[in-house]
Amino acid sequence: MKIQTKYADGMLLVYLSGELDHHTAKTILTEIENALNRYLPRQCVLDLTGLRFMDSSGIAVILRLQRQMKQMEGEMWIIHPGSQPGRVLDASGIDGIVQVKTLESEKSK
Amino acid sequence: MKYENYIKLEFPSKSCNEALARSVAGVFAAQLDPTIEELGDIKTAVSEAVTNCVVHAYPDSIGKIMLRCRILQDDSIEIVVRDWGKGIEDIQKARTPLYTTGGEDRSGMGFTIMESFMEKVTVRSRPGEGTTVVMTRMLPRRKRGR
Repeated sequence: MKIQTKYADGMLLVYLSGELDHHTAKTILTEIENALNRYLPRQCVLDLTGLRFMDSSGIAVILRLQRQMKQMEGEMWIIHPGSQPGRVLDASGIDGIVQVKTLESEKSK
Repeated sequence: MKYENYIKLEFPSKSCNEALARSVAGVFAAQLDPTIEELGDIKTAVSEAVTNCVVHAYPDSIGKIMLRCRILQDDSIEIVVRDWGKGIEDIQKARTPLYTTGGEDRSGMGFTIMESFMEKVTVRSRPGEGTTVVMTRMLPRRKRGR
């Protein structure tokens, strides 16, 4: 599981690649929370382009981060989920809580 | 029902084995010529079941987990994940979406995802003795290709 963060103009971009499961979740959450506390961004964007796999442990990470962004009166976005992570996001109903943008949803605009 | 093939794997409840278990299930399921989505669904369901063992069955220790996959004669895959750990007091409650005994680190969606991605999920458990989860899904593509 690899993570890369970039901050500019109030937006924290987080690139995740590899697999997000219970084993990798804690490390990922800690790294992102550290970045949130460091930059206090208005927007946190999780780019899942490189994420090959995610299960409900990933949903738990997203919900934790979303709660923190809400406390900071900020926004959270998830972009470019691949096939398998997208199915897990759909099954979890998380798009009622966090904005999820896929390439398809962008093209259809 | 008779089976055409099976594998059985035993491993300790270390979180690094979650990926191992889902990879093994995925490689085994490939015999049924699944679509990428079907393969992803099976791996995800196995990941959820095995994670439940790691997190809930053996919360303060390392115990044994058994994964068994079978290809049944009706072209379905049957996956069993078994532990000899803590067991579930109230199975119906445990299967309720968003319910978790794992605190704020858990989403409570494990069983929901297993039930969404597999066709049938049965759970047997005895507190103090362990839990057995059996999941099945039809993968008829190989049959259509014959």
